[in-house]
Amino acid sequence: MSTILIIEQVLNGLQFGVMLFLMAAGLTLIFGVMGLINLAHGSLYMTGAFAAAVTAAATGSFLMGLAAALAAAALAGALVELLVIRRLHDKDHLDQVLATFALILIFSEGTRWLYGSFPLYLDIPAALSGPVTLPGGIQYPLYRLTLIGIGIGVALALWGLIARTRLGIRIRAGENDREMIAALGVDISRLYTLVFALGAALAGLAGALVGAIQSVQVGMGEPVLILAFVVIVIGGIGSIKGAFVGALLVGLTDTLGGIFLPELFKLVMEPARATSLGASLASMAIYVLMAAVLIWRPTGLYGARV
Amino acid sequence: MTRETAVNALLLAGLVAVPGWALWADEPFTITLATRAVIFALAAVGLNLALGLGGLVSLGHAVFFGIGGYAMGILAHHAQTYTPLMDGWMTIGGTKSMPVIWLVAVLTSALAALVIGVLSLRTSGVYFIMITLAFGQMFFFFAISWSAYGGEDGLSIYVRNGFPGLNTLVPIQFYGLCLAILLAVLWASARLARSPFGLALNAARQAPGRVQAVGLDPTRLRLAAFVLSGAITGLAGALFADLNRFVSPAMFSWQTSGEIMIFVILGGVARLWGPVMGAVVFVALEHLLGGISEYWHVALGLLLLVIVLFSRGGLLGLMAGEARGHD
Repeated sequence: MSTILIIEQVLNGLQFGVMLFLMAAGLTLIFGVMGLINLAHGSLYMTGAFAAAVTAAATGSFLMGLAAALAAAALAGALVELLVIRRLHDKDHLDQVLATFALILIFSEGTRWLYGSFPLYLDIPAALSGPVTLPGGIQYPLYRLTLIGIGIGVALALWGLIARTRLGIRIRAGENDREMIAALGVDISRLYTLVFALGAALAGLAGALVGAIQSVQVGMGEPVLILAFVVIVIGGIGSIKGAFVGALLVGLTDTLGGIFLPELFKLVMEPARATSLGASLASMAIYVLMAAVLIWRPTGLYGARV
Repeated sequence: MTRETAVNALLLAGLVAVPGWALWADEPFTITLATRAVIFALAAVGLNLALGLGGLVSLGHAVFFGIGGYAMGILAHHAQTYTPLMDGWMTIGGTKSMPVIWLVAVLTSALAALVIGVLSLRTSGVYFIMITLAFGQMFFFFAISWSAYGGEDGLSIYVRNGFPGLNTLVPIQFYGLCLAILLAVLWASARLARSPFGLALNAARQAPGRVQAVGLDPTRLRLAAFVLSGAITGLAGALFADLNRFVSPAMFSWQTSGEIMIFVILGGVARLWGPVMGAVVFVALEHLLGGISEYWHVALGLLLLVIVLFSRGGLLGLMAGEARGHD
């Protein structure tokens, strides 16, 4: 196994990881600030991907598609917050699970009704297609490299927003004590809508960016949603830093596990069995990672200690 | 008689009357549909033991449902192919006998629940939800790659397994068998809730500190509840596989876990008949709305949303007219 392959796979893992971070950041913000489990976050990811695919097909511009994805997901998020989520605050986690599960049904079938069951395609913009040569002579797709850059950029911007701005102070205060900041005169319902729309926009951005690598179809959000939950649970719920570390861990474990586990098993057993056993263990690897982290630290890596 | 008891009695009467009505109206398919509802209800009654009484929000009960299903699938597969299940120091063959299959399903899912419970109960709250989900996903991916038993395609069983004295191929007899099991488990779980164990478990949910102070270990109570809960859901899985004469990794999927949980929440958490109500209404809606429009999921979603926003304590809470929190 060559160094080039390893570096390529590490980059793939990073790319997957930063995309997961975009999903997980919104999820963890919404949970941290509003105390809400949002199973419908994957639907917002799907909304972004569809908005991007439809707009890009109509205008021929990837950037317009990206803008449409952000706008559509943020709008859908704000609407969902105003119409449904707002009424769930005084309910417990169980009712939130049921209500947001209902939202998944509505979003998925509504999208199928609008666009049909066939997948849509979103092309990689011409300027970003093709490979680049990295130092050491490694050929790597420019688009994927751009995704890594965007992901890290968004992570930094989000950190700046939360650590340095007035909105960030309110978000952090909301995480700690919502009654208190309401009493201090902050319009808490507007803050909630804003946080929800922000989280939705991040999910929509991820959907649009990933939509150009995979196909855009109904139900694309659910597998990513589960992974995003794994990420925030590993990182510690409510922690942006935890979401970032967790996302990279999950992205790398998933990608590298799929490559290296079969190779590892080939050392001790026949190739055909090693490939199938390695592949099946690799698909379980992130869940094993999550269970191990939780058994070791029951509230995640950066979660509040109880 | 309280209103809740009246609603429960009506539900029971409905379940008993369904096959008679189906034969009279010449709609035999309704019996299969009702069997499906009864088996889902059994799985949900199992979950409700952990969720309602123990406060353990498990999003991984598909593990036990799937293990029950695969217990049936594997045993019947070996019986129909005449291959031994194990051929080492002793030979164990497959079987087509339901009681044996149920025993295996209950024991294996209880064992899985014990292991998962020991590991998961170290966490609580949302973390518990997520770690149970993670175990579900592990089993799901394991089943997909388990090529000896069909992998992604699952296993088909050509003839439904047998029960002494019954012809299980006749829908009404199989329905009666499933309903009898459901009623027996309901009776047992009503007894359990009022037993010293049930009361202690209930107390451990509401005030773990006080339970500990009187010398009981809340974690052990929860573990016992989780194991019982998993065993019941495992039994339901074996019946479900027999209903379809088919098992596949889909039984392990997180959507299955979600649906079992939806039955409980929809009907009413911590109410004896809540899971039954939830499963019956869900299956009926699925069938009725599915007949009206291809996009019936939208209507189902809106309906679930209305129920969760405007009722406290699920459908049964709504009908019984009495709110009961499930903190």
